[in-house]
Amino acid sequence: MTNSVADLGQADVILVIGSNTTEAHPIVGIELKRAALRGTRIVVVDPRRIKLVDHAKDWLRIQPGTNVALFNAMARVIVEEGLIDEAFVSERTEGFEALRDHVLRVDLDEAARITGIPVVKIREVARAYASAERASIVYCMGVTQFATGTAQVRTLANLAMLTGQIGRPGTGVNPLRGQSNVQGACDLGCLPDCLPGYQSVSDRDTLDRFCDFWGSERELPAEAGLTLVEMIHAAARGELKALYVMGENPVLSDPDQAHVIEALENLDFFVVQDIFLTETAKLADVVLPAATFLEKDGTYTSTDRRVQLGRKVVDAPGEAKTDLEIVTLVANAMGLGWDEDSPRDVMVEMGAVTPQYGGITYSRLEAEGGLQWPCPDASHPGTPILHVDGFPRGRAAFAVADHTPPAELPDVEFPMVLLTGRHLWNFHTNTMTGRSVGLAELNAAGYVEISPKDAESLCLCEGDRVEVASRRGACVANVRITPGLEPGVVFMPFHFADAPANRLTSGAALDPDSKMPGLKTTPVRISRIV
Amino acid sequence: MTQAPAQIITLTIDGLPLEARAGQTVLEVCRENGIQIPTLCHDPRLEPYGACRLCIVQIEGVRGFPTSCTTRVAEGMSVTTNSPEIADLRRSIVELLLSDHELRCLSCDSAGACALQDIAYEFGIEESPYTGERHRVREGQDDNDLIERDYSKCILCGRCVRICHEVQGCDVVGYTDRGFEAIPNTPYALSLEAAGCEFCGQCVSTCPVGALTDKPSRYQGRVWETTRVESICGYCGVGCTVEYHVKDGRIISTGAPIGRGVNGGNLCAKGRYGWSFTHSPDRLTAPLVRRDGKLVEVTWDEAVRVVADNLARIRDEHGPGAVGGLASAKCTNEENYLFQKLLRTAIGTHNIDHCARL
Ligand code: SF4
Ligand code: SF4
Ligand code: FES
Repeated sequence: MTNSVADLGQADVILVIGSNTTEAHPIVGIELKRAALRGTRIVVVDPRRIKLVDHAKDWLRIQPGTNVALFNAMARVIVEEGLIDEAFVSERTEGFEALRDHVLRVDLDEAARITGIPVVKIREVARAYASAERASIVYCMGVTQFATGTAQVRTLANLAMLTGQIGRPGTGVNPLRGQSNVQGACDLGCLPDCLPGYQSVSDRDTLDRFCDFWGSERELPAEAGLTLVEMIHAAARGELKALYVMGENPVLSDPDQAHVIEALENLDFFVVQDIFLTETAKLADVVLPAATFLEKDGTYTSTDRRVQLGRKVVDAPGEAKTDLEIVTLVANAMGLGWDEDSPRDVMVEMGAVTPQYGGITYSRLEAEGGLQWPCPDASHPGTPILHVDGFPRGRAAFAVADHTPPAELPDVEFPMVLLTGRHLWNFHTNTMTGRSVGLAELNAAGYVEISPKDAESLCLCEGDRVEVASRRGACVANVRITPGLEPGVVFMPFHFADAPANRLTSGAALDPDSKMPGLKTTPVRISRIV
Repeated sequence: MTQAPAQIITLTIDGLPLEARAGQTVLEVCRENGIQIPTLCHDPRLEPYGACRLCIVQIEGVRGFPTSCTTRVAEGMSVTTNSPEIADLRRSIVELLLSDHELRCLSCDSAGACALQDIAYEFGIEESPYTGERHRVREGQDDNDLIERDYSKCILCGRCVRICHEVQGCDVVGYTDRGFEAIPNTPYALSLEAAGCEFCGQCVSTCPVGALTDKPSRYQGRVWETTRVESICGYCGVGCTVEYHVKDGRIISTGAPIGRGVNGGNLCAKGRYGWSFTHSPDRLTAPLVRRDGKLVEVTWDEAVRVVADNLARIRDEHGPGAVGGLASAKCTNEENYLFQKLLRTAIGTHNIDHCARL
């Protein structure tokens, strides 16, 4: 997030796009609901009638996969009606002319047809956002989980840049992170193209500096490695031979389950480190028992870049060890000669090579609570709001992109569009929530949400068992009839092993930049089981 | 929405000259300055309400006994927080509440963390002087596995109703019936689940007595038997501050300290109730290696050896690009840092990713 969770409440207008906030990020949901109670205008852009709609002034029920068309249309209204922040555009951005020419060619009626949102509504929301004293954008996987995710994020950011809604409290472009440490894993270099602190792997000097610091003899290539979905493809082709998975469950969380299983089975050597024998761990050659987040010390970086201290609450059972201990054991068995560092020591090492974390230490975290990066040195107070005075690359560049329909489209055989997502009571692949007494029982099995109209035409009643099939596979789930879903659109959570939504999704088409698979628009067919 | 910096106001409380910010309540200023005032219906997460009247004070020039939780400070105000009259009034409020309260502190999970018990203790009240009929019944029970409702202990402070409305925006519970029979309940006394409850447990967290309690922790331990560890929730990326309550090496319940962290005392269902997995019998407790198609238990030495040998073999036979690693969006920063360092220095590959995109 460019801003902090706490300053969302200061916005006059908040656009919430592709984020089922009250379920996936309930505490941010609370901020939004309270803001609404105080008079903030919430605009929900979502194909589903999510709970937040009850608290919103507007709900733009958008056709799945058409965000870019909406954002470009809004940009057109902002430019055409002179709602841009001239000073901000001229001082802090570049590429405005190209964007202006591009969006002025956007036909609003065409955009309305593509997105399903009437032109008046597009205009009204664009005006409200642009002319608000403070307006904020909150988004989530409903913007990024597309093969066009990068274009979506950038055309969305155009809106903030055109109107100067950035760098002040109650503004900004704010992606919500789905897991406790997605942010930190990215920050610390668990990315194929970045070393810690987003330092590019394509720069030879940077690589040398890291290798020196680590005392490593091993030559590192100056080009990006494979992303998760690419690794799965490479394993299926037999090019990737060994995979080491620490605390992930790709069999349920990754697209196209059959393909994932086939790929993992094709590996020469597969090691999984986890707290349970997950669907993924069952396929491994070696399984290493790990401690849960409740059994270890360490830091986590939250969605608003806040580095916070997690503390050990109880002991790990049996011989389970923390991931830190296990990784150190493996490193030393491979001859790296690491010290047996505590998390506190590792933070010191991390801080030395990760500029954003340079001023973060355990003693500060203990004394001051969380610190928001960038926090480059010991006297720096942390950064609650990014881009107050400037952008890291000087001027922010406008992005010119067109709406492109998803690679895989519905047809006669697979006439409906499947959206995937999360439920309030379940987390990710349900390994933890599914084993927590009381919580587990609330939503014990997978399900598929269908609009009342589709239910009627398919002669389905609440609780009926149906087969949901795509071009890649099928699974069986219970029907939940859901008013507020548009006919032709169905929804499944991806949490459940008994009805794995990711058996249906595809990892074939990837975003050219982020390599994100398109998980939100899968053509499917629903048939009743007799 | 947009906030202007607050104006500073001077006032005296119990003879002490103090500074406050315009808009603060008398109660807030007292708490900031360490002046104790008993409260029952107040929760800093909620709008001031003024129902229990326990927080009464006297203010020079103001008639009667205003409630400090609803009274805003004003320039030159002079406040008295305790006096024989105030104490008498407070005592009779407590006695009246106790007269219709099921005093079963022996087996109440809130004993030791109950505002009513504390204040009765402070006044040395041993039992209720009223012996009339009790009105409230234990209604409101349903078969959910998380929240126990026992309205025979309810003191009608309205905190559950207000937090469900003001903070959760859910309106699952409201007052039903009137007068003595009034209890906070779901419409038509539906089960919580049927009434649209999110099981955030926010109402449990605010209930000052034992009317609302967490089922998973029932009879697991008394407040004074637990140690409390403050940590960060391991679910979504918001990073809420959670306090885990531990007895004999096991977590028995959670809470969130008011005013701390991004959540400021609020939690969702996952954060509040999603902890018992850590004690699940399904946990992996020993390293496993596949032998003849089956995963069998081995020592750490052996398992680590197998991992190191195979990773090195494949690296040497097929090149560093044939090895990859998936780090974890659920592990710590330190662990993720070391994991990528392992792959980059032991293997020499950038094939490192995690499920940020999924
Ligand atoms: S658990 Fe949450 S949603 Fe349910 S009644 Fe209590 S406050 Fe309301
Ligand atoms: S149930 Fe608890 S919180 Fe709700 S009104 Fe009764 S005493 Fe107050
Ligand atoms: S706390 Fe003030 S009236 Fe209850």
